[in-house]
Amino acid sequence: MHLMKAFEEGMDGVYVAGCLEGECHFLRGNLRAKKRVGHVKGILTALGINPERLQMYNLSAAMGGRFVEIAQEMTERIKALGPSPVNTGQGRESVEEQQEEEEKQ
Amino acid sequence: MKTESRLEKILDKGAFAVTSECGPPRGADPDVIREKGKLLKGVVDAANITDCQTSVVRMSSFASCLILKEMGFDPILQMVTRDRNRIAIQSDILGAAALGINNMLCLSGDHQRFGDHPQAKNVYDIDSIQLIMTVKKMRDEGKFLNDEELTKPPKLFIGAAANPFADPFEIRALRLAKKVAAGVQFIQTQCIFNLDRFAEWMRQVVDMGLHERVAILGGVTPLKSVGMGKYMKNLVPGMDVPDAIIERLKGVEKEKQSAEGIKICIESIQRLREMEGVRGVHIMAIEWEEKVKEIAEGAGLLPRPKV
Amino acid sequence: MIVAEAKPIEEVLAMIDRYDKIILAGCKECVAVCAAGGEKEVQLLASALRTARKTAGREIEIREVTLERQCDPEYVEGIRGFAGDYQAILSIACGVGVQYMAEHYKTIPALPGLNTSFMGGSLEQGVWSERCQGCGSCVLHLTGGICPITRCSKSLLNGPCGGSAQGKCEVDPEIECGWQLIIDRLKALGEFEARFVELFPVRDWSTSRDGGQRKIVREDLKQ
Repeated sequence: MHLMKAFEEGMDGVYVAGCLEGECHFLRGNLRAKKRVGHVKGILTALGINPERLQMYNLSAAMGGRFVEIAQEMTERIKALGPSPVNTGQGRESVEEQQEEEEKQ
Repeated sequence: MKTESRLEKILDKGAFAVTSECGPPRGADPDVIREKGKLLKGVVDAANITDCQTSVVRMSSFASCLILKEMGFDPILQMVTRDRNRIAIQSDILGAAALGINNMLCLSGDHQRFGDHPQAKNVYDIDSIQLIMTVKKMRDEGKFLNDEELTKPPKLFIGAAANPFADPFEIRALRLAKKVAAGVQFIQTQCIFNLDRFAEWMRQVVDMGLHERVAILGGVTPLKSVGMGKYMKNLVPGMDVPDAIIERLKGVEKEKQSAEGIKICIESIQRLREMEGVRGVHIMAIEWEEKVKEIAEGAGLLPRPKV
Repeated sequence: MIVAEAKPIEEVLAMIDRYDKIILAGCKECVAVCAAGGEKEVQLLASALRTARKTAGREIEIREVTLERQCDPEYVEGIRGFAGDYQAILSIACGVGVQYMAEHYKTIPALPGLNTSFMGGSLEQGVWSERCQGCGSCVLHLTGGICPITRCSKSLLNGPCGGSAQGKCEVDPEIECGWQLIIDRLKALGEFEARFVELFPVRDWSTSRDGGQRKIVREDLKQ
């Protein structure tokens, strides 16, 4: 629900950070989160929103460097994708076109 | 009650019966049946017409049986319970008997999922055993399923199918016993490639004394090629094709495989003739009907006795 | 429980296309248990529909409500106060709920957000399997507690057909052969001889859906 709400409110991208697989503080919370992220990606696709805007990453709290990498990666990806169709109101975004854009860059 | 069935007369005489089957066309052309019929003339005691086998729409068994009858055959009407309720079933039984069809094979029928109209609604109002009971009730008691009297009982020789190779193996003879209790008079089995396993089933059947109450016709099918053998082994439900048979076909050059398949078929028939309780053979040469005569001849079954 | 599944969102969007103001009504019973139409699903679907509208440069007002049940008049009446302000009711209860909405609010279209499938139970979290087809004359005591109508693809009553292989149904290798299950259970209960050998006579289907819409009346409970 949090993920869906974020997109509804106009977020161009959302990333979920969970612990490394096998090291979840809540034992299997990160695995369940992964499944739910997958489910929401499916909904986004059906709505005409590129599912790449939602990503899940696994890292430990000590991996500051990795966190920076992820933040940069996400920012680059979302910049390339442009604003979410929720903000443009121009209808469904074409995933194939965006993939071509990414490949060019 | 004795019927006009030639098949019944042959069996009563103690002769080894021969039956075969024709698959009707996917169109309204009666000549397709006539051509297949010509290939079987003088070769069989009775011939089945399948009823939308594997749930694929074809010309009706009923109509096709009449075409065969015109040619002088004793046709076996096949009826599945997948597509008709008890009202239509009882109606067709009366119609078939009225038009001189003397034999009926009672089946549940392959599920519509297999066929060309998987979205169809199936019926299965009654199962194959209940269908046997229905024909028997109409013929011997002169009554419909609701116990009301009908005006003229249909005289039909009642048959059913048996698959000794389906699971669970240990109840297959028991399932035959149920069909016998319901009133079945002849059985055609699924095609036999594993003769040892079939012999095991026959042993159980004989132990239960069923062979004295029902005439069992062993089913055989000639394999055209290694490809056909593998297809039947892996993709057809309830089929047991031993590796030895596939290997035997592999051991022969491609052009000679079909001749080898016919040889295997003839050998199977010979083995079946020696088994206690087996009173005939049902030769299923799907889309290869021209070979039935050769097989029957090779197995020493021709000419057919007169009744 | 009655088990249902969400319709594809494209289908739902097409259904509500001409409306800008709808009620989205969920149910706290069966569909909540099978995660198709409970309160959580109402929130998620509402958010998804609003998001879809924004993407198309349009808007939609969705009144989210989750009723105790949608199959009792008292609860369905609960939205009487504001129903008239809306153009349609998108119900994600089972088919019964959608119809109750339609019957109670005759001038407002009631739309189904789910495909209602079967009566069944959970095998594990997230997996539901059919067990009962509501035939109206239960014979489970004769078949070791396993339903031949539901679990046999052909609803046979006298044992397995020739397509049963290694305990699986010919129709789909994922489906267990109902009769294999029945036979195994009867043997385990020591009832095999007593139950299997006897011929099961033709069945009276008039108590099932084949006999037309059914109704059960308890005179002792009527007001």
